Amino acid sequence: MADEAPFQFLHSEVIQYVFGASDSGDAETGRNITKVESMGFRVGQGLIERLTKETSRFKDELDVMKFICKDFWTCLFKKQIDNLRTNHQGIYVLQDSKFQLLSHLSAGKQYLDQAPKYLAFTCGLVRGALSNLGVKSIVTAEVSIMPACKFQVMIQKI
Amino acid sequence: WGREQGRGSQGRQMERNSELFTLTYGALVTQLCKDYENDEEVNKQLDKMGYNIGVRLIEDFLARSSIGRCQDFRETADVIAKVAFKMYLGVTPSVTNWSPAGDEFSLILENNPLVDFVELPDNHNTLVYSNLLCGVLRGALEMVQMAVDVKFVQDTLRGDNVTEIRMKFIKRIEENLPAGDE
Repeated sequence: MADEAPFQFLHSEVIQYVFGASDSGDAETGRNITKVESMGFRVGQGLIERLTKETSRFKDELDVMKFICKDFWTCLFKKQIDNLRTNHQGIYVLQDSKFQLLSHLSAGKQYLDQAPKYLAFTCGLVRGALSNLGVKSIVTAEVSIMPACKFQVMIQKI
Repeated sequence: WGREQGRGSQGRQMERNSELFTLTYGALVTQLCKDYENDEEVNKQLDKMGYNIGVRLIEDFLARSSIGRCQDFRETADVIAKVAFKMYLGVTPSVTNWSPAGDEFSLILENNPLVDFVELPDNHNTLVYSNLLCGVLRGALEMVQMAVDVKFVQDTLRGDNVTEIRMKFIKRIEENLPAGDE
């Protein structure tokens, strides 16, 4: 079953719908990014709930992050995160060297400015998943060369 | 750390990936209901987005399935139900209720993957939740020179026992070859 195709097509249609065809101003783009991110957030919450139904309790924050990098990412994109780094003070950097939702854009630097809109939904997915696991965070993404991508998770201490 | 196995069972991954699609679709419909005043407009937007997906999905479908040209509408119906639905949504609708002229049929879905976890709120009684599918079918078939009319006639979300999509063949679209290029 080619089950990743429907999501990929749907995702790009969502982006197309929210951002429209024309380039709008920065403020507008910011609002749209927030809109897509919060859609991702709700989806992430729903997914993690089903995914962790039968898993044992997490030891600590790092254990949760490992779960996101392995099981959650595999559920989303059929691969694990390629590299996880942390400063042990609440910042985690998740690197995907071939991020699926960027793979249809041409590699390299030409369309770099287009990248943020294709990352917002996934940032929301991660933030939503973490939030349901009791970890409050801010998730941002950056790309320097497509289709590699880094997601930065900043844990918000309560 | 990269080589360790995750703790979840990998066997249910397929199912999980379709949950991603289903939940994302739900988030989209929710967003559209916020953005538009009435259900009619949401239905229209879903159909339009489906159409955009269909015209691109057909290429993916033909490449993966290596299916050639269909001889008639009956064969088209079978390919849609047994190959396309199976491939992308993991379900196989039955093909029934053919019109005597053979230009109209129904796809009956016992389980519609789009509506897992979904309940319609009372104030959306004209919303056709899965209308995206109509657009996808219309768009995909248009790319293989078939104009069709697609609509939902039964929906489990509205309390029907099954979900029924009615498809009607309208016409064959002639390819517009540039003059003198035959």
